[in-house]
Formats: sequence, structure tokens, C-alpha cells
Amino acid sequence: METVTITMKNAPALYLEADTISTDAFAGKNAAQIAELPVFEGNNPSTLGKYFEISGNAGATSADTKIVVKGDVKKVKYLGFKMTAGEMVIEGSTDQYVGAWMNGGKILVKGDVAAFAATAMKGGELTIEGNAGNYLGAAYRGDWRGMSGGKILVKGNAGSDTGMYMLGGEIVINGDSEVHVMTHAEGGKVVIKGNAKSKLGGQMVEGTIIVFGSIDVMMPGYKPNGEVELEVDGTKARFAHFIGDMGERHKKKKGVVVYGNLYKKI
Amino acid sequence: MTKTITDVICPFCGTLCDDVEVVVSDDGKKLLEVANACVIGTEKFLHSQSADRVTKPRLRQADGSWKDISYDEAADYTAKMLAGAKKPLMYGWSSTNCEAQSVGNEIAEIAKACCDNTAAVCHGTTLIAVQDIGLPTCTLGEVKNRADRVIFWGCNPAHAHPRHMSRYSIFPRGFFTGKGQMSRKLVVVDPRCTDTSKMADVHLQIEQGRDYELLNALRVALKGEWLPDSVAGIPAEKIREVADILKSGRFGIIFFGMGVTQSLSKNHNIDEAIALTKDLNEYTKYSIMPMRGHYNVTGSGEVFAWQFGFPYSVDLTRGFARYNPGDSSSIDLLTRGEVDAMFTIGSDPGAHFPISAVKGIAKVDSVCIDPHLTPTSGVSKLHVPVAFNGVECGGNCYRMDNVPIDCRKVVEPPEGMLTDEQFLVMVRDRLRKLKGAA
Repeated sequence: METVTITMKNAPALYLEADTISTDAFAGKNAAQIAELPVFEGNNPSTLGKYFEISGNAGATSADTKIVVKGDVKKVKYLGFKMTAGEMVIEGSTDQYVGAWMNGGKILVKGDVAAFAATAMKGGELTIEGNAGNYLGAAYRGDWRGMSGGKILVKGNAGSDTGMYMLGGEIVINGDSEVHVMTHAEGGKVVIKGNAKSKLGGQMVEGTIIVFGSIDVMMPGYKPNGEVELEVDGTKARFAHFIGDMGERHKKKKGVVVYGNLYKKI
Repeated sequence: MTKTITDVICPFCGTLCDDVEVVVSDDGKKLLEVANACVIGTEKFLHSQSADRVTKPRLRQADGSWKDISYDEAADYTAKMLAGAKKPLMYGWSSTNCEAQSVGNEIAEIAKACCDNTAAVCHGTTLIAVQDIGLPTCTLGEVKNRADRVIFWGCNPAHAHPRHMSRYSIFPRGFFTGKGQMSRKLVVVDPRCTDTSKMADVHLQIEQGRDYELLNALRVALKGEWLPDSVAGIPAEKIREVADILKSGRFGIIFFGMGVTQSLSKNHNIDEAIALTKDLNEYTKYSIMPMRGHYNVTGSGEVFAWQFGFPYSVDLTRGFARYNPGDSSSIDLLTRGEVDAMFTIGSDPGAHFPISAVKGIAKVDSVCIDPHLTPTSGVSKLHVPVAFNGVECGGNCYRMDNVPIDCRKVVEPPEGMLTDEQFLVMVRDRLRKLKGAA
């Protein structure tokens, strides 16, 4: 695997839209060609080389390419946009749309990410060592297809609207979560190891939410359904089981109505 | 001799009353009296006659004072600012006519700007929900003639839309609502006691920020499912009772305001309210309608959607229209420091935005086009006063139920003053030359 290291040298005055910083766009290019890739600062078209110092050449394919992003990229959007394979390591915090529409490969962010990370993610792995912003693994605005595959791990806390319109895949949040988890979801799983606030699973058709900590306010549409023993990420524990959202439409599978599931550790 | 002009449109709120009468002087230069309008609408008309009105564009000087300049100089300044900016924000549009909005969109396209209207701090969340799950709605005429169940959720029309209740929603005697207020059941959901809630048959005094839960509980109650003992501070029996009241009507309407669009859950509240409306249509006829604020905020959404495909928070910086509130919305753009020029028209973000966003306006080059002296004109580098739309010039506007109504000119503007549209055309033509656009 070939490694390309890009280091921020001239920080943008506004924000940089760098949807070309991905293993797919880099694949098959040398450092000079990568420096010519287009980026936008507002309505001003520019090149990657104007903002970043680029060292190393990319592999022949995206799967053979690893990108290391260094320096202050807090004002850079779209890192790992539509990535299908390979690896990306972001050494600090970054802005919106990290790994949006990603379909494969691995992204590791060593700091925080802003909103819309992993929008409509289809596959691959996204690990965030810091905190995540709002709309993690959610659908793009107006779309009804959120995250449908892959895995997200947030070691810190997550913002609101995690997994909105989620269809599949798994999100694990080691810390706490803000309001609205898996709103409108029709599949997938969100595990919150810390505390959750309220509006969990509102309008959820299908899917699973597991909460280890407290829930401030339960949605009235979730009906108690006994207790179960579950093994989550190697931890065995007893959970109170709720089904819902009882106000929302639900599909029938083999003649049985399928509800969303909410488990809260006892 | 004075002249009385009838059937005048009131350019204040989204109710867009069309029965106002004004008395003007014989030469048509002075507006003397206003009849039929509410106190706010009357003030809007009379304010055009105030003696301390600014009539010339003013440019802020280095020492903080203002210097009067000509409209030509103001148009030059504005065009240069927009041409030089990497990410200009063009905000407002809700208190001007659709014709001016359309010229503004041409400017935004040439300048590759972000453009947004006051929905960003008002009913923008409604528009998000409408895009997510649709909107079963109707006109205010249908409400007047048919509605026997009226729900005001998180709004207070007694103060914000003063004539809404007498013209459409509570008191009028319509075709199928011959007994007026007697033929309607009024449900108000509001954490506060308001002048609207005092008239209600049922006032659900909900815990603040729990609208999403209560809307959900009503949907659960309609399906006859299990409910906890109390939701949002309202007992389960009460929720089931209200669900029965709602579904027993012949025609119901849910009006909602900023109490739900700008409190916790925002678009999700509206999403759930629309879903409740859809559920109620299983039993009887139901519609839902946002209580739009500015008299032509609806029109701004229409013009944006017609020309760019999205109703607000449109980002044209890459040469095509993108829309994602949170990224392309004004407050986020300003607080995050994403823009380098601010163009305001027909709105007052200085009074309505959080202070962190207003500080963002103060940091960049800015132009404010507004007939009034406002906090925004105070913080802007250039203030361009214009004629009052709906008083001193006509033009197309949209009522809160998406019905287009032409505003009327009733009095002459002070001599030499331009309208929004005239000034914007000057800016557009200059910008075309600067950018070399066709």
C-alpha cells in the first residue's frame, strides 16, 4: 500500500470544499498530479496544491492507497467523500461531511468531526476518536435513504439526529448522545454506551437502539415488552425491552408485524 | 379633498388581509388614515409617512459617521462587493415583492452567492419536514367555510396575526360554518396562557420542548395503543379525549407557529404534526398550515423553489444549486465564519439572529436595503433606503396558504426614491459588466 501525506500549509480564509481528498480521486496519481486536483474556497476554484503540501505517490487503485492528513483541517469539508476502498487517517479534527456517501475502506479521525459525517454511508468503517456532530450516518437533506451499511465508532459523544432515516449498518457511540436517534429509521442498529436524552426512535419503522446509560424522556410510542438478556460488544447484561414507534406505520413480515426495538440496560 | 382607496392589501403578516381602506391626500402624496387593518398593519402604512425617514443611501465612514451618497454610487458599491466576494450571503427577501426576489436570484446566480430568506429563523424547519413527508394543506377560504376543528399549536395569532381569527379561523360565518365560533371547536397547545389560549375549548398546557412527544402520543391514541400515564405533562385520558375531539370533526385544520418550528426537535415536530394530519385523514378531512410571518416569506420560498428548486438556504457558490440547512443556512454560515460579504434586503437579521451571527455581519462587507432604520442597517457598511413595498409600490405576494395576491401602490414614495426592484436591476446590470456575464 502506498501512502500519500498531505499537510495543510496555507489555511483557507473561508472554508475549503475538498471532495477530491479521497483514495479514489488520488488513485493512480503521483504527488504532482494530486496537487492539481480541484478544490473550492467559496465560489473560487483552486487546486489542492495551493493549500496542502503533498508528499508520496498514490497506489494504482484506491485499495492500494492510504492518505494521511496532517495539520489544521478544521475548515476543510468532504474528506473521504464517496470513498470506496483504501485508508485515510486524519490526524486532527475536521469539518462537515467526513466519509459522506462512503462505500468502503477505512477512515480514522483522531479528533472531532462536525455535522453530516458518513451521510448516506453504504459500507466501510469510520472511526472517530473525538466527538461527532449532528446528523451522523443520516440521510442527505430531503432523502429517505440514510446509512445503509458499514460501521461507525464514535469514542466521544454524538450530536443530535444520529442515524436519521437509517436503513442498515451499525453506529456505536461510547459516550453520550443528543436528542433524536434513528428518527424515521427502517433498519440498522445504534448502540449508545453513555446516556441518551430524549426522542429516541421517534417515527422509527424498524431498527434497534441499545442504551447502556439513562434516557431522560422516553417516547410515548414505545411500549414495554418485558426484559431480555443481550450480549452487546462482548458485554452481557439484562435489558428492558420496548417496541415502537406505535404511532408509526409498520410492515408485516411472514404475517407478523415488525416493530422497532429499544433496549435499555437495567 | 381626500381620496379613499378600498381593497388595499396589507403588507405586514402572512395573513395578507385584502380589505384594508386607506385615505390619501388629493395629490396622492400623503397617506392620512387607515381603516380595517390591525394595529400593526396600520402602523406599517403610517410609518411610511414618518418625518425622520431616511431617503438617501448612506455609506459608513471610517470615523463611524454616515455619508449620503447617490443610488448610482450605492449600486456600484453593492455590485463591487458581490463581484469581489468568494462567498457572499444574500439574505432576507420576505418583505419585498416576487418581482424583486426574481431579480435578486439573477444577481445571486451571477455572483455565485448563498441566498436565504427569513424562513431560516422561522418556518424553514417546516419546509424541511414538507420535503421529508409532504404536506396535506388547503386555502384559508376552505378553513373559513368548512373547518369545525381548529388547532393552534405553538402559535398566538391574537398577537402575531391579529385578524387571522376574525377573517378565517375562529369567528367568521362560512358556507358550512354558519354559526361562526359556535360551529368550531378550538384546541390550543401552548406552554403559556395567551390571549389565543383563553378562547380555546381545550388548552393543552404542555411542558416546554415536549411537542414531539405529545404529537406522537396523539398518533398512538388514534391507533388505540398503550400510552404512559402522562406525556409532556398531559394525562393520558386527556390525550385520548383530545384525539376523540379531533377525529369527530367534519373538517379539521392544524395551524402551527414558531413555538414548534424553533423549539427543541424543530423539523421533527412538524414532521410528526404532518404525520398526525395524515393519520386523522383516516377518519375525516384534515389539513395543516404554517402561520407564516412576513407578508411575502411564502412568495420568497415560491420564487426560490421555482428558480433554484429549493425554498430557502440555497448555496450557488459552485455554480449549481445546493441545499442543506445546517451547512447552507444563514446563521450557520455567519457563526461559522463561512461568508465574506453580507447583503440584506427586506428583513432584519440584526434583530432576529443570535448575537454571534450578528457579530459575523459586522466583521464582513455589508449592504442593507431597507426602508426602515433597523439594527441591521446600523451594523451594515451601506444602507440603501427604498420605497415601501405594498404602500409605495405594488407587486406580487403570496399569502400563508400559497395564494398569490397583488399588492397595491396607494401613495407616492418621497421624490427620487427607488423601489427594491429598480435598485436591484441597477446592481444586476453593473454586476454583469464586472463579471463579464451575458
